[in-house]
Parts: sequence; C-alpha cells; structure tokens
Amino acid sequence: MASEISPHPVKLACRGVWKIFGDNATRFLADKNNAPSDSELIDAGMIAAVRDATLEIPEGEIFIIMGLSGSGKSTMVRCLSRLIEPTAGEVLFEGQDLLKTSPKDMIEIRRHKMGMVFQHFALLPHLTVLGNVAFPLEVQGIDKKTREGRALEVIELVGLSGREGYYPRELSGGQQQRVGIARSLAVEPDIWFLDEPFSALDPLIRREMQDEFLRLQQMLKKTIVFITHDFDEAIRLADHIAIMKDGEIIQIGTPEELVMHPATDYVAEFTRGIPRAKVLTAQAVMEAPTAGEYSVQVRFDSRLEELGANILHADKPFAVIDENEAVIGQISRDAVLEILVGAPNDDADTGNAGAS
Amino acid sequence: MTALTLSIGGRERQVNPWFFIWIAAIGIAVGFYFLREAAPWAFKYPRGWIIPLRFWITDFVKWLLNGFDLGLFTFKELTRSISWLVEQPYDMVRSLLADGFKEGQGSDAIEVFPRVSWIAAVIIVAMMGHFARDWKLAALGAACFFYLAVFGQWDSAMVTLSSIAIAVPFGVVGGISLGILGFRSPFFRAIISPVLDLMQTVPVFAYLVPILILFGFGPVSAMIATIIYAMPPMVRVTMLALKQVPAEVIEFGRMAGCTTRQMMWKVMIPSAKPTLMVGFNQVVMLSLNMVIIASMIGAGGLGFDVLNALKRLRIGEGIEAGVAITLLAIALDRLSQAIAHKAQPGHEVITRNIWQRHPYLMGAAGLLVVTWGLGVFFPSVQTYPESLHLTTGTFWDGVVKWININFFNQLDGMKNFLLLNAMIPIKRFLLSLPWVVVVGFVTLAGLQLGGWRLGVLVGLLALFIVVVGQWPKSMITVYLCGMAVFIAGCIGIPIGIYAALNDRFHRFIQVVVDTLQTLPSFVYLMPVVMLFRVGDFAALLAVIAYAITPAIRYTDHGIRRVPPHLIEASIAAGCTPLQILWKVRLPMALPEIMLGINQTIMMALSMLVITALVGTRDLGQEVYIALTKADSGRGLVAGLCVAFIAIIADRLINAWSVKRKAELGLD
Ligand SMILES: Nc1ncnc2c1ncn2[C@@H]1O[C@H](COP(=O)(O)OP(=O)(O)OP(=O)(O)O)[C@@H](O)[C@H]1O
Ligand SMILES: [Mg+2]
Repeated sequence: MASEISPHPVKLACRGVWKIFGDNATRFLADKNNAPSDSELIDAGMIAAVRDATLEIPEGEIFIIMGLSGSGKSTMVRCLSRLIEPTAGEVLFEGQDLLKTSPKDMIEIRRHKMGMVFQHFALLPHLTVLGNVAFPLEVQGIDKKTREGRALEVIELVGLSGREGYYPRELSGGQQQRVGIARSLAVEPDIWFLDEPFSALDPLIRREMQDEFLRLQQMLKKTIVFITHDFDEAIRLADHIAIMKDGEIIQIGTPEELVMHPATDYVAEFTRGIPRAKVLTAQAVMEAPTAGEYSVQVRFDSRLEELGANILHADKPFAVIDENEAVIGQISRDAVLEILVGAPNDDADTGNAGAS
Repeated sequence: MTALTLSIGGRERQVNPWFFIWIAAIGIAVGFYFLREAAPWAFKYPRGWIIPLRFWITDFVKWLLNGFDLGLFTFKELTRSISWLVEQPYDMVRSLLADGFKEGQGSDAIEVFPRVSWIAAVIIVAMMGHFARDWKLAALGAACFFYLAVFGQWDSAMVTLSSIAIAVPFGVVGGISLGILGFRSPFFRAIISPVLDLMQTVPVFAYLVPILILFGFGPVSAMIATIIYAMPPMVRVTMLALKQVPAEVIEFGRMAGCTTRQMMWKVMIPSAKPTLMVGFNQVVMLSLNMVIIASMIGAGGLGFDVLNALKRLRIGEGIEAGVAITLLAIALDRLSQAIAHKAQPGHEVITRNIWQRHPYLMGAAGLLVVTWGLGVFFPSVQTYPESLHLTTGTFWDGVVKWININFFNQLDGMKNFLLLNAMIPIKRFLLSLPWVVVVGFVTLAGLQLGGWRLGVLVGLLALFIVVVGQWPKSMITVYLCGMAVFIAGCIGIPIGIYAALNDRFHRFIQVVVDTLQTLPSFVYLMPVVMLFRVGDFAALLAVIAYAITPAIRYTDHGIRRVPPHLIEASIAAGCTPLQILWKVRLPMALPEIMLGINQTIMMALSMLVITALVGTRDLGQEVYIALTKADSGRGLVAGLCVAFIAIIADRLINAWSVKRKAELGLD
C-alpha cells in the first residue's frame, strides 16, 4: 500500500489526525490513549469522523480523497485546511504545523496560500460574478481597480467573460461552479481544496467541468486536494487517491495500484466494474523488451485505453518508451486485446501486469 | 391525548395510568367543596399572605428615578439623554412631514420652511409602490394617502407616520445589533431569549407605565415604548437568519481570510438579507400598532383621535380615524412587504447619468422642489383645502342611530341572552373554583404533557398569580379569553376547513385574513362599541374579531398539509369525502390547528387588555387603571399575570402538539 516516493517535495501532510464530534472529545481521546475502540466511541456517544489519518501530498499533484457518503471526506479536508479544529494530530503545511499557527497568521495563510471550492458553490448572492471573484481580494484590502483587473483575468480563464455583471441566481449550476473556481483562484493559492466540486452538476456538465479542470491544472500546476465519491472521476483526475471508510484512510495509491492491488476487500469492491484499460498504464503491463521490431511507440504513462485505436494496424508489439524516448519495454498486441476486451477487473491475477 | 383503553370482553389491556391520576385529582377537587368551612384559604387567598410585589416595584422605579447614581451620571440623566437621542430625529421628521419647520416658541412661532405638501407625499408613495412592485401597488398606496387628505385625516396621519419613520430604523438597527450579539454569544442568548418571550406576552399597556414614569408623558416616551415593542421580533429574526446562512458560505468566508467583522458585515448579513427583510415588515407593522396604542401616553396622531372619540363616544369621528388607520396600515404593509420581497435586479448595463441610475430618488427630489415652489403661490398645493374636505362622521353617527332605533331590541336581546345563559354562569363557576385546585390541575397537566420540568414551571407561574393577589381578576381574564377563544374556534375552524377544501374561497379568505392581521388592535374597538356600547359583551366581540385570524389560517394550512398519499389511500379504501375529512384530515391536522388556537389565545390576551377601554373588570382593567394612575408596580404585576397566563397556555398546548405530532409521525 505504500506509494512510490514522489520526486516532488511534500506540500501538505498530516499525521495521526483525529476528529471526534462530541462533548469533551479531546479529554475522551486522551483518556483512551488516542486509540478508542468502536464500542468505546458508541458508549460515550461520540462520532469519529476522521480516525488517525496520516497522509502526504506532494507539490503539484492532484490528490484525491474518496469514499462513500459519511465516510469523513469533508471533515478530513476541513481538518487539512483547519476549517475544523482536529481533536488530535498535526497538520503540516510547507513544514509548518497549522494547528499551532495563531489565528492571525492563519488568516494570512488563507488569504494568500489557500483556495477552496465548495460542493454547493457557496457564492454570495448579493454580489455579481465580478464581485464574487474579487471578494477574496477585497477582504485583503486590495484597491478596487487592481482587484477587479485580477478578477477579470480569472473570469476569462474559466471561460465566463461577458458575464461579469450577472448575479449568481442568473447562472446555471455549471456556470456558478466556474465562478466558484475562479474565485478560489483569484488569490493564486499554493494549495487548492475542492470538496466535491462537481457533485451537484449533471453528468454531462460534470464531464465538461472535469476537462476544464484538467486544462486549468495543466496551466497552473497547483497542489490540489480534491474530494469526490465518484471513482470514475477520481481515476480521470488523480495522481494519488486516498480511500476512506468510516473515518479511516484504508489505502493510498495511484489509480493503478488501487485497481491492481487493493489493500482490502472493501477497496476491491470499490474498484470492481472499472474497466482496467482506463486505469492501467503501458508501464504497468509491459514486458522486458526483446529487441525485436515494434509497430508503434507508446509513452510509459499512457493508458491502455488509448492504445485501442492503433491496435488494428499493429501486427508487431508496441514499444514502451520513457521520457527520453528510450525503449524500456514492450507490450504484445494480445495482451492489450485481453485487457481491452476481457472481463472487467473481477480477478486481479489475470493479465501480465507487473507492479510498478 | 393518549388513547384510553379499558378492558374489553374480559381481556385486560394496558390502561393509561393518567386516567386514574385525573380521577383522583377530580375527586380531591370535589372534596374541597365539603371542606369549605375548614379551609377557607383554599377558596379565597387571604389578604395577609399576599406578597406586596407591586409596592416593591413601585418603590424600585421611584428609586431608579430619584436615587440611582451610576457614578458618572444618574439614572435620570441617562433616561434624559436617551429621550434626547430619540427626540432629535423625531423632531426633524415631524417638522418635515407634519408641522413644518418653525422658529420661535408656541403660538408666535413662524414657519421658516413648510412641510412636505400633500401632493408630493401622495405621488412619492405612488413612486415607492411602483419602485417596489408595479402600478397596482402604486395606485393602492396613492389611493390610501389620498383618502387621508380628502377626509381631513392628513395632520394626524402625518404625526403617526413620523413616529413610525423614526421607530422603524431604531427598531431594525437595535434588533439587528441585539440579534448579532445573541447569535455570537450563547450566554447572551440564554439571557435574552426568556426576556423576548416575556416581552411578547406582557401586554403592551403594562410597560407603558414604567416608561411613562421614566420618560414622562409625550411623543418621546411613546416612541420609546414603540421601539421596545417592535424590536423583539427583529432580534429573533436576526438570530434565525444568521443561523440559516449556509455553513459552506461561512466556510468560504473563513477560507477567504475574513476577519470577524468582515465575516459578519460582508458575508453573513448580506446573505441573510432576504430573511432580515421579513423582520423589517414586522417591525413596521408592530410600530404602527404600538404608535396607535401609545397615544395613551402622548403619541398623538390617529391613535389619539380614536381614543378621544372612544372616551366621548363620538362614534362617527372614531370610525373615520379608524378607517384612516386601516388604510395607513394596508398601505404600509403592502409597501414594506413589496420592498422586502422586491425581486433583486438582474445584471444591468452600466449607465453613467445620475438620473438614469437613481430615477426614483431624483424624481422625488425634483417633485419636492417643484411642489415647495408652487406651494408658496398656491396654498392648496401645500395643504389640501379644508373647504374640499369630505366627512363621513355624520353618516356613521346616523348609521349608529338608525341601528339603535331599529335593532336595539334584537341586539340587546342577543347580548342579554348570551350574558345570562353563558357568560355569567361560566364566570361564576370559574370564580368559585378554589385556587389550590386550579393550580394543582395546571401542574398535573404540565406533568402529563411535558414531564416534571413543565409541571413545575406552569405550577409556579400559576402560584405567582395567587401570591401577588390577582387571582379573581385573573379568573375573569381566563373566562373572557376562554369564551372568546372558544367562539373564535367555533367560527374560525370551519372557515379554515372550507378554505382548505375550496381553492377559490381560500384565495378570498387569504385576502381577508391578511388585511385583518395588519389592522392595529385599537381599530377593532370602534365597530363593537358602535353596536353594543361598553361592557363584557362588546369586549368579547372585539377580542373574537381580533383573534380569529390564526384559527382560520392554521386550520387551512394544517388540513392542506395532510400528505396526499394518505388521502389517496383513503379514497382507495372507499371513504366518503365526509369520512375523509373526519377520520383522516382533521385528526392529522389537529396538532397544527391547536397551534392556531394557541396563537388565538395569545392574541386574545393581548386584545383583552386593550378592551379595558370599553370597561371590562379583569387584569386589563387593572393595567389600565395603573396607567391612568401612573402606578408602575400595579401595572407590571397585572401585566406579568397576563403574561404568565399566556405562557402557561402556550407551553401546555405546545407540549401537547409536539407529543401528538410525534405520535402521528408528522415532521
Ligand atoms: N458537526 C458535526 N457534528 C456531528 N457529527 C458530524 C458533524 N459533521 C459531520 N459529522 C459526522 O461525521 C461523519 C463524516 O461526515 P462528513 O461530512 O465528513 O462525510 P462525507 O464523507 O463528506 O460525506 P458526504 O459525501 O455525504 O459529504 C458523518 O457520520 C457525519 O454524520
Ligand atoms: Mg461531504
């Protein structure tokens, strides 16, 4: 379950974070030596929304937290941004313990380094699009001309130019969330929290917004904590995924790792039904190169799904190349076919997948 | 109440223990009648046992006024400066609307600048109506104000309006400030909630007395009473509105790095604005109601005209002023509602010109300048010419005379029949009950419906009434209020049922109820006095008319709210429409109907105090006497008794309704 060591420095991390809802939760947790059992929690009438969570989020990555409703995702991300005070543990942002930061410094950090997008948009009804997007700059006391200039830039970035003067109630759900995104980007945050940003949208719009989101991320390269309960969404967007259940993080890994090596039955159940071609990369299924002839070259990180188009013309194996275009492996046509056509991931042992 | 099951056919079933408890209680109660000789104290609370609370309060208020030194300044200086603070803007507005700006004192004063002309005022009201909604509202507003001018009510109406114009901003700002404090600090909330409860149940007359003493007779103390009266709903609405701001919006504010102040003023208050505006409408209407009543401590204006007419039994004049109040109320209500619900503007093309940006404001300003100018040359532009006044006063006097000549026997017969056969016997019965028994029953009901806390609470409140020596008058209040509520229920519930079943009638009754609810309580006194002169019966009718609206409204709403699948299921089961009504709709709607009755009780109690003006002998009279004698202790104690009766009824009915709703699986 340990993920590979990322080349990027850690931007945000947390260690042993607990969030327990209930009276005197801090005392209760300390009394139980930071390890209360289920029955102890129930007896005390406490709800453990996050249990002993530890994770590290490398700079420039999309880190997705996913789980079913009530699994504690929202609470987790609010602990990371300290919107909720964790009951125990530490949250390290650029190496600094957020939980020990003074309220004043916290305001400064939020003003300049954090942005957040909300499930139900949370737009201010009395402000126009322009006013909403400029709001985070306004509270910093930036003058009107500067902040509106900056707001217009981000509004253009999310494709809402021409609607600056509209009020939120005059916009569709998708447009409203674009405003939410623009607003959170206005301060050029270092870390970007998104709590189920697309859940309230129709499937079609949702897909469009995901593409938009990926496009933005290519340009901006933010460090992102993204919450979703939709596994499809997670594998489309994620660099790493953390799966939560009943407040516990049960596995952290790349989409591929989760599909190929689920840590528990629960994760396996979660990933079942996901076509493996969507998840597996060329690198994950390649064999050692045989120095023969190749039909097409594919990058090591391309998904097998993308090979489908070439398969008709390929009578020889695909060559897998790395960033420097050096051949590092090969994939036979049959292997690709098997994964593309074969049954979805019922049985994780079929296929010649190798661990990365 | 919990269903009672007895053993049927020899099979023992569970019997509710409360059944036996009540049997025993009634047994004990009857027993008391045989002990009449042995325990007379149980029937008539001995004078010597009365706690002299009212004298303590009177002394306390006197001490506040004369002896209380806050160090830097005395209490008297404090009240003086509060008066001063309210007086300044009031004088300004009153000069502007009613009196004109004058220099000099008394009758030698010369007008340096005239008041707003009647034409300008009518047109500005129309403009406000158009701005807030549409031409229809504009026409309504203008018509109401035009009436005031034509029927010679302009001067009084403008005095009343000036009071409202000042009381509303004070009430709104004060209410929002206290609401914010209450929202922020649980401690403050814990203090203010019971105070708000009490302020909404203590009859208004009761706190007119201490205000009268602390601030003196005159428009300023009337204004202060008005502000105090109109503020509590705003405080509540503010706390509620702030609580309703979505958690995500608050989280956004924190993520944007708002300071506490930015959070309140830039995020929460603007988000809560739609709900806050509902509070604004309430403040306007309550202010109007109170400004009318406060004519008793010198508010002047339309209320004074009604009061004066009542005192001298000049029915015609009274009705004219009453109609003026009604129209003013309707205009203010519709306007303030339209402003509260005003559809927010959409995005707009940016315009530069000040006339284009603020057409209404600029138009009004232009109008004022023009009419001021014209008024110098044509007095009738400035003031509606007296020669063109119409009056309906003599007409109404004629109507009253005609009714009295032609229908005196019928009306009097009806009144006497009801008095002799229902009212007086019930009153006698209630007065004959030993207080020990009544307090015991109330406590028992509390125990049954809401557990020991409720039982102790209502028991203590009832005991308070006994020990301050207000038992007999309280029982008369209970009798009048009970009769009124019973009759209001008998009339209102069927109307509500019919409105629930018939959409056209529903729309019609909605308009009627809306209008009735905007009328200040004073207005209801005029027609009953016109028909029945003074006394318990006239009071009863006024109370019924005033308090019937919630019975209608809640019944209608409760029946409409019955889940449609239940109705479908009963139709499928072959119920006739009548069966559906009796067996499904009414039982399901009963908790809601009871809440309506609860509201009816509250309104009846507040009206009862006002009917003291037409001569009842209950707690209302006690308060009224206290007002005329400026005896704060007497007024407050009687006022508290009324409030406690209200709270007892309210808590018991609510507890029942909550229990019943839970049993029916509603909410
Ligand atoms: N303020 C609170 N007080 C008490 N319990 C809470 C509170 N907030 C959350 N919880 C509980 O904590 C658990 C996790 O809630 P959370 O909102 O984090 O779940 P989630 O994964 O975000 O779910 P969803 O997908 O529905 O948003 C739930 O059982 C919830 O009932
Ligand atoms: Mg959530």
